[in-house]
Amino acid sequence: MRRVIGAVIAVGVVLIIAGLFWLNHPRSHNSVAAVPTSPNAAKIVPAAGASPPDDGNWTMPGKDYASTRFSALNQITPANVGKLQVALTFSTGTTEGFEAPPLVVNNTMYVVTPWPNYVYALDLTKPGAAAKWVYKPNPAAAAKGEACCGPVNRGAFYDNGRLFVNLLDGNTVAVDANSGKEIWRTQVADIQKGETITMAPLVAAGKVLVGNSGGEMGVRGRLTALDEGSGKIAWIAYTNGPDKDVLIGQNFHAFYPKDQGHDLGVSSWPPDYWKIGGGSVWGWISYDPQTKTIYYGTSNPGPWNAPQRPGDNKWTASVFARDIDTGQAKWAYQTTPHDLFDHDDINEIILADLPYHGGRVPVMLRPDRNGFFYVQDRRTGQVLSANPYGYVNAYKGVDLKSGQIIPNHALDPKENRVTRGICPASPGAKDWNPSAFSPVTGLVYIPHINLCMDMAVQNANYVAGTPFVGADVKMYAGPGGNRGVLTAWDPINGRKAWEIKEDLPLWSPALATAGGLVFYGTMDGWFKAVDAKTGKLLWQFKTGSGIIGQPISYRGPDGRQYIAVPSGVGGWAGAVVAAQLDPKDPTAALGFANAVKDLPTKTSPGGMVYVFALPQ
Amino acid sequence: MSLPFRNSGSAAAAVALLALLGACDRESRNTRGQPLGETVPTGASPDTIYPGNSQPPPLTAQAAAYENNAYAISQGQQLFTQMNCVGCHSHGGGGMGPPLMDAKWRYGGRIDQIAASIAEGRPNGMPAWRSKLTSEQIWQLAAYVRSLSGQVPKDAVSARADTLSNTPPQTQQTPEPVLPAGSAQQ
Repeated sequence: MRRVIGAVIAVGVVLIIAGLFWLNHPRSHNSVAAVPTSPNAAKIVPAAGASPPDDGNWTMPGKDYASTRFSALNQITPANVGKLQVALTFSTGTTEGFEAPPLVVNNTMYVVTPWPNYVYALDLTKPGAAAKWVYKPNPAAAAKGEACCGPVNRGAFYDNGRLFVNLLDGNTVAVDANSGKEIWRTQVADIQKGETITMAPLVAAGKVLVGNSGGEMGVRGRLTALDEGSGKIAWIAYTNGPDKDVLIGQNFHAFYPKDQGHDLGVSSWPPDYWKIGGGSVWGWISYDPQTKTIYYGTSNPGPWNAPQRPGDNKWTASVFARDIDTGQAKWAYQTTPHDLFDHDDINEIILADLPYHGGRVPVMLRPDRNGFFYVQDRRTGQVLSANPYGYVNAYKGVDLKSGQIIPNHALDPKENRVTRGICPASPGAKDWNPSAFSPVTGLVYIPHINLCMDMAVQNANYVAGTPFVGADVKMYAGPGGNRGVLTAWDPINGRKAWEIKEDLPLWSPALATAGGLVFYGTMDGWFKAVDAKTGKLLWQFKTGSGIIGQPISYRGPDGRQYIAVPSGVGGWAGAVVAAQLDPKDPTAALGFANAVKDLPTKTSPGGMVYVFALPQ
Repeated sequence: MSLPFRNSGSAAAAVALLALLGACDRESRNTRGQPLGETVPTGASPDTIYPGNSQPPPLTAQAAAYENNAYAISQGQQLFTQMNCVGCHSHGGGGMGPPLMDAKWRYGGRIDQIAASIAEGRPNGMPAWRSKLTSEQIWQLAAYVRSLSGQVPKDAVSARADTLSNTPPQTQQTPEPVLPAGSAQQ
């Protein structure tokens, strides 16, 4: 009898758990509307005009304006990648998080380091790639203490004989690519207010676009356009505030009623909070030359303590489409209104043309920090689908009719209590490190993380130049125990094709090549090549430090295909190593240290570029 | 801080005597000691070499008064959150700023050296708080910072933190050695 009761209880428990899981599992509502009629009707391709034929160079971090991070070079294939070997190494002399990709233009490699933001020009035609010049901009050291997540730099931009580089202390510089001489320098952000610059600029249509960092410092987020020739400020588009500051005018048409109205950047905040409300622009910008439109997202609102700022907090955690000449907004979509968890909206935006209902629709593909993969019509901002690509319990889904994300109020952080088991954690299902999109396979390769968190919030006090957070966070591995994942995502069908589980969080971007490979690195220093179709591991190499940098592929002066990757652990995820934090305090590094307590035993700081090629 | 009664025995005897006298007069006590004039805590060198004299200068009376003082440490804990120190240093583990619970100190781990770092700021991003905090607040903060690495007696620290953080209680902190200044330079 006892056994029978035990069995009944066991079955009951299983049913309850299954029910809870079913209830909590996020679903995309009305997802029927989003799924195209036939998966094989046609292939998804990069946006026409934003992804020109590959010339073997790598002039911008995203590879092209469509941000594909796809190389059309195909000498290295699944059949021969096993023979890949080191062709060249270069030490930067820095030991901070090394996120910037090397750029290769006309047989010169340009390497940008973390603070102090040196730029090295290496002549790839010379044996050992001798340096042509080194540019030392001398940014202020104090900026290191104002950057939330390590004194990182996410890359330079090459255009028309010049390199454009953002310095951590808030300046943007133009440097002559031949001589290394500074042409102009413009201050864009103010470290006295906690503003720094970590993002890579985007240069298009005679404008250099630069955003500020500081979503944890109570900054007023903005995107600034500089004149490419002179460095003079052309326009500034603020994230929060009245419409005239946000550059919302007559040509603005938000798709959903929730994003329509006058001066929402003021009325969706408590009085004056929009002035210190964050919404910084520290991520990626994409550009469609056919419509002269830029697309980018904004950061979390400040402070993290959400009860302190009732309202939608527009336009934080939102995505904007703007005219590049004037900065005027065409549309905006607030992805995560009244963000509770530091779920910024700054991730990469891949521009593609998607087969849809027998025709083609110009879309943007966004693996968002909140855990959903958004496919949006980039003409209007309409969400065509939004399915979770990682484990999510903080939201119940995205309602495609209203465009609203559906919060799970059981996990709302409240003052004077700790809210436990929030997934994804504050770095989201995926942070800054961009995905790659291969038109060959039609898949998006998303390097991301699987972390959950406990969060306690309290009132935050605004003191200019100091953090404005008001939260204690402790992160740990999500379901399954693996802290990193590489997901190959099928954007047409809105589901994953395959995935690779990684022990450590994946903080390195991905690279896809026409040879049929995907490259990425791990935080303990392994650089890996996997089959783009199946995810099978084909080759790996252990670099000197953890990899959080962007891999690239280029054609060398000898006509061969090369793969390059920065190695140097750091950033938010690697601060426990690069900044020698003490993980005895689980809230160190805004709670990330707790999730990577073991990292100091697995890697050490460094700063090195590794270049690989097949044997001659 | 000077107390009129050196041990509990004599204190008990004195109280009993007063009671016998019919409590004609209130007990005369000086539990808070004489007030010390506040001075901005500057000038404490982070260095460890003193040419011609191998001894570091002794702590001033102000510094010594705050060092293991439970009230000062408790006030310092409150300020540590209110003034956003926690945003950079977390609860001692560090983040944007260096950890404060380990043995390593860039600019010295003595209370007067810590107070000088708070007041004067440091070049890699530590703000100079002299114009934003009073001298007393700076000393209180320094007293709390020093407690993070377990340098103060267990009866002077709070068993429960002010915040709902997941950090272990300070009473369970193992004392770290205090390495000389520069030990955490990168």
